[in-house]
Amino acid sequence: MSEPLLKVENLVQHFPISRSFTVKAVNGVSFEIYPGETYGLVGESGSGKTTIGRSIIRLYNPTGGKITFDGADITGKLDNSTRTLLRTEMQMIFQDPMASLNPRKKVADIIGEGLDIHHRVTGKKERDELIGNLLKKVGLSPEHAERYPHQFSGGQRQRVGIARALIMNPKLIIADECISALDVSIQAQVVNLMKDIQDETGCAYLFIAHDLSMVKYISDRIGVLHLGYMVESGTKEEIFSNPIHPYTKSLLSAIPHPNPGIEKNRTSITYDYASSGIDYAKGTEHAAEGTHKVLATDEEFAAWTR
Amino acid sequence: MQQNATILQIKNLDISFRTNAGSVHAIRGVNLDLQKGETVAIVGESGSGKSVTMKAAVGLLDSNATVNSGEILYTYTENDVEKTVDLLKLTKKELRTSYNGQRLAMVFQDPMTSLDPTMTIGKQIMEGMILHQHKSKEAARARALELLQLVGITDAEKRFNNYPHQLSGGMRQRVVIAIALSADPDILICDEPTTALDVTIQAKILELIKDIQKKMNLSVIYITHDLGVVAKVADYVNVMYAGRIIEVGNVEEIFYEPCHPYTWGLLSAMPDLDTDDDRLYSIPGSPPNLLHEPAGDAFAARNRYALKIDEKMAPPLFKISETHYAATWLLHPDAPKVEMPAELKARLMRARKEAGK
Repeated sequence: MSEPLLKVENLVQHFPISRSFTVKAVNGVSFEIYPGETYGLVGESGSGKTTIGRSIIRLYNPTGGKITFDGADITGKLDNSTRTLLRTEMQMIFQDPMASLNPRKKVADIIGEGLDIHHRVTGKKERDELIGNLLKKVGLSPEHAERYPHQFSGGQRQRVGIARALIMNPKLIIADECISALDVSIQAQVVNLMKDIQDETGCAYLFIAHDLSMVKYISDRIGVLHLGYMVESGTKEEIFSNPIHPYTKSLLSAIPHPNPGIEKNRTSITYDYASSGIDYAKGTEHAAEGTHKVLATDEEFAAWTR
Repeated sequence: MQQNATILQIKNLDISFRTNAGSVHAIRGVNLDLQKGETVAIVGESGSGKSVTMKAAVGLLDSNATVNSGEILYTYTENDVEKTVDLLKLTKKELRTSYNGQRLAMVFQDPMTSLDPTMTIGKQIMEGMILHQHKSKEAARARALELLQLVGITDAEKRFNNYPHQLSGGMRQRVVIAIALSADPDILICDEPTTALDVTIQAKILELIKDIQKKMNLSVIYITHDLGVVAKVADYVNVMYAGRIIEVGNVEEIFYEPCHPYTWGLLSAMPDLDTDDDRLYSIPGSPPNLLHEPAGDAFAARNRYALKIDEKMAPPLFKISETHYAATWLLHPDAPKVEMPAELKARLMRARKEAGK
């Protein structure tokens, strides 16, 4: 396999609230993303999945661990060249397309902001052309460039958000719950668009979501997070056909199937961390098969795989 | 469960909203029946009018709404006499004092915004009972503790004095359900009760509502956009699009033999855990803006099976079986024969086999 595009090693992200209280959002998470692949991060709210995305793109300063992106260490203080690399080659799509687009800017200026800051274009004509082409690529028309965000529907706004992420032609796009705020029929449109763009440009995605069926559909590999620990990771086949960790099992059992004959009589598996007797901090990484890894102590691993 | 007494009947409901840009015709003739002890689901995209329909029933419509026509008939027994009232004809005061929250209770989407942050959850559960049922404080407290246990909150005594912010999202929604149940309602309306919650908690809340429904013989109306949730809880399904119900049937008919192209689209757009299709099917375009009411079928512009007549006339509901109706011209005897997409057909066949039908 080629060199990983993004390598996260033992990432720790703590938020000190007061002298005696610290929120430990992420506690030692490691994973890798290879060029052109999609990595899915799943977990319930509060599991730290959004925090990881924001730490990687340096909206937070990581407390510990090392993140390597495209060969450069992006954890500590950034020098100018690394900062430019990070700000151009890594982009983010946010959850709520209304809140993440500046309501007072025209779509052309929202999308073109990156071009202006990094002086990527020589004149207005080139800028307009680039933006027009990109709007066409995401399923809007070049005339939309002169409009404001409120003139669009939710699905269209998210397309603008995707266009903004694509304008710098990045190698990695972090998509943080980018379809959860959309309607079912529109979700499918946006996911298809993201797949098409990946085929065309070869960018990699870090797809953060809580909807497991969508994550399975779009991801190559998946990491399952709980309480700031990565409890299980592997390819999507490994995770879905052979879940080992009880949390993953409960998560998979909770997905409702659109099949009333089965769904009516099925109950989900309950998993309660407090009463389960599992301590994530004691667990170490155990390899099950291939790239499939589980966080567990030796006894737990033996009991779960039996 | 087989009592077959209609408890709520919505007839030809038609609502429009006055806005700065003009009149928005949000509900365009909705009919819906709810039988005692049954669960009915209303499915649709945002803006399809599913919430507005139920808000009309509990008198929570915004002040710029006008009910153009229709009635919402609610049948109940009081002192062994059966009575039927039209909820739309009652004054706000009558609704408040004797129907809302007592005979019809509602559970909203976001438990944080539907609870009072400055009041302990115990007080909030007791409030309605003291006000409406004139219970003594002690009796209300005893009932509140009972309800907390019923909705699966352990150590209810301790939780009684907690404030909403001290509880997790799932716990909060359980409290909201307890408040809704406090007056022994006949009908529970759940407006996207689990959309703001995690999948694992969603499953627990749905199982809880189902369990309580059986215990208290409730009739439940679910408003949701998630077909997975519908499959889990519903007996009957109403699919709404642009202010109309376009397909109605029992849950098996909708999931195994859908007839409307929009329902086909919705089912195909769900990623299936068992398929490895390269692309998700998606319905092209976006829902119509009801500010400019479409002349014919509202779905025609997004429908690849649309016929010429769809542009001129909206289709009526065609009968498929006793319980199954769909509003599409494809069911007209003169229409060309159109089958659902092959992929969907294969998927439905597989689903049926799995379910052993």
